[in-house]
Amino acid sequence: MGQEAQLLIFAVMNMLELRLTKKLWHFTMELELKLGNQILVLWGHSGAGKTTVLHCLAGLRKPSSGQITLNRRVLYSSNERINIPTRSRNVGYLFQDYALFPHMTVHQNVMYGLKNKRNKKNETNDVTDPLEMLNSFGLGHLVDRYPAQLSGGEKQRVALARALVVQPELLLLDEPFSALDKENKIMLREELKKLHRQWQIPFVVVSHDEEDASILGDVILTLEKGQPVANHISLLY
Amino acid sequence: MFFQLADWYPVFLSLRVAIIAVFIVTCLGLPLSRLLARREFYGKDFVEAALTLPLVLPPSVIGYGLLMLIGKNGFLGRFLSELGISLIFTWWAAVLASTVVAFPLMYQSAKAAFKSVDENYEKAARTLGAGEWRIFFTVTLPLAWPGIIAGLVLSFARALGEFGATLMVAGNIPGQTQTIPLAIYFAVDAGDNATARTLVAIITIFSFVVIFWVNRWAKRRNY
Repeated sequence: MGQEAQLLIFAVMNMLELRLTKKLWHFTMELELKLGNQILVLWGHSGAGKTTVLHCLAGLRKPSSGQITLNRRVLYSSNERINIPTRSRNVGYLFQDYALFPHMTVHQNVMYGLKNKRNKKNETNDVTDPLEMLNSFGLGHLVDRYPAQLSGGEKQRVALARALVVQPELLLLDEPFSALDKENKIMLREELKKLHRQWQIPFVVVSHDEEDASILGDVILTLEKGQPVANHISLLY
Repeated sequence: MFFQLADWYPVFLSLRVAIIAVFIVTCLGLPLSRLLARREFYGKDFVEAALTLPLVLPPSVIGYGLLMLIGKNGFLGRFLSELGISLIFTWWAAVLASTVVAFPLMYQSAKAAFKSVDENYEKAARTLGAGEWRIFFTVTLPLAWPGIIAGLVLSFARALGEFGATLMVAGNIPGQTQTIPLAIYFAVDAGDNATARTLVAIITIFSFVVIFWVNRWAKRRNY
């Protein structure tokens, strides 16, 4: 293996670097991590600050201090006074209740992010064909439906398609299975792992479910009052 | 004759005044309510109370206040008269009176509507690369639409029915500032019941049709 290839692997492997503190109501969160093309599960009880981490990564909330780097691009740095706005971060976000726009059809929902991208120059090639995408998610027959007419599993697939179609460099998932029944959950967990292999970008999944964490996570980080604690979930696979 | 109307001027003037007033109220009320719906700052309660005040004050108090403002010796009136403009006792004064009393209805409805939009939709749009203006026009505004429609209907009805303040600042000049409510009052005063009846019927039917149609239209959404 040549030196260039090794360098490439090194670059690809060090995709997300995060070091942050954030003052919250009852505690101060302190977190440091590095993540390559892996699935990181942030596990912990509700109120442990898991969603806050996702918000800081997406730029929806501002950390008190620290630095966030994605593929060598600085998204946030308190020292350099950098805080890239959410819309320019290129970070996909799957909300807990999916947050599909209720007044748009499945097709319009998936197109929403693409229209934003097309308005920016030089990024026109960097997108996926939305219809192809919807077909690959098994949603081809649902394009004209509104979110209210979809089942929970279908909503999640649409939300995933919407987040991924703009080719994000990082995907954040907030309790992705909490609204699903057991059967759907098992199926979508497998789909998510497959999707991760396909997309080759880091996923950060927030979950309070131990089973989800152990099945999905390449890396599991347990949060308690904003601090990482010794991991007690064994990797089952 | 049971119904008769010699002069249609009040009908057209009322419509013109109400439509212009609602236009101004919408242009001012939508941005202001969006701005204040999700922002906390020192003195916000004070600002909100001041914005809602015209809703609860007697129309005569509003009229008196507007006289102080645009009257010959008023704060704004003196400034305008130097430019050669006099608002007082013109139909523009009626527009001003209607705007002031209708504003709180638009503001309150629109603020409640903007507040009711789940913030996660706006956050989701942000993560998909949308700028704040695009989010407002493609996500926030469409989702707040039913409440804004309610605000439009209420403020239009209030502007159409404005009487007290209008009488004080625009007067009752037939063919110039006489709106339907004024025409009804002075028709009854003069014993002209046929004219009063006709105007009452017109304004009642018109208001009913507008509210009925708008409600039907707002309900017909496909999601």
